Amino acid sequence: MKPFSVAPHRMLLASQLRVVSGLAPTTKVVTGRDFSKIKHHTCVVLAIIANTLGNFLLSVGMRQMDFQPSAAPLEYLRIFANPWIDAGVLLLIVWFASQLSLLSWSDLSYVLPITGASYVLTAVLGKVFLHEFVSISRWLGILVISLGVVLVVGTAPKAKLGPREVIP
Amino acid sequence: MTWFLLVLSVISGTAGDLLTAKGMSDHGEIHDFRLNAVLQIAARLSRNMFIVTGTLAQAVSFFSFVALLGVADLSFAVPATALGNVAKTVFARLFLKEHVGWRRWAGALLVSFGVLLVSM
Repeated sequence: MKPFSVAPHRMLLASQLRVVSGLAPTTKVVTGRDFSKIKHHTCVVLAIIANTLGNFLLSVGMRQMDFQPSAAPLEYLRIFANPWIDAGVLLLIVWFASQLSLLSWSDLSYVLPITGASYVLTAVLGKVFLHEFVSISRWLGILVISLGVVLVVGTAPKAKLGPREVIP
Repeated sequence: MTWFLLVLSVISGTAGDLLTAKGMSDHGEIHDFRLNAVLQIAARLSRNMFIVTGTLAQAVSFFSFVALLGVADLSFAVPATALGNVAKTVFARLFLKEHVGWRRWAGALLVSFGVLLVSM
């Protein structure tokens, strides 16, 4: 009996876990075009959600802290005692990282309107969690933004590349 | 004060987005998202002047926007940043030489117009 033999099904599970956690080279599982697609969509969704949720948590935290803008510089550090603000800042870092990744393979004129979807998500969050009143003009605005996002989503992220090289 | 903060926020935000976009497109597509690779990329980007100045400009934009919210209503501050979106698209065409087709122009205008409606 070999000293390090593992049951086959456990090995499979371990390799899957390594892939999911990003420790294994994912190119072995998902290759080329598929991987590009997945990372593109992941970054788009992550950028939109992290931006919206980050700003949302930040504003919740700032309201709790009753922050005075004219306060002494040390007062600025005091806001990090609030867990909502910490979570918000962390999410904004996630947003910035995914925005940068997205810009490494997409045009700015593609990324900007797409991340405009966060305005829609903000309005929905306000409606659902803060029970804010959403007026007719607000709904109309949400509709117009969504239309703009849908129009841009249909274009190639990097317009300079040939049609075969782009991520749909 | 209000107008100063507004102009500062829009200009630094526009500069920040353009500079980071230029830096990232110079860097090239990121393929590897494993921890080691990400740390390497972060180290390389921290020596990229476009990324460093762009990130600083974004920070200036963020803090001046927060300060703007302290002295002005949300319904005044948000549409102003939406106008920044159109400016960024124009500059992306001019300076980054991006191919902005009619769908992207329409998208940028619709999103900005929608933000105006939402904040009304």
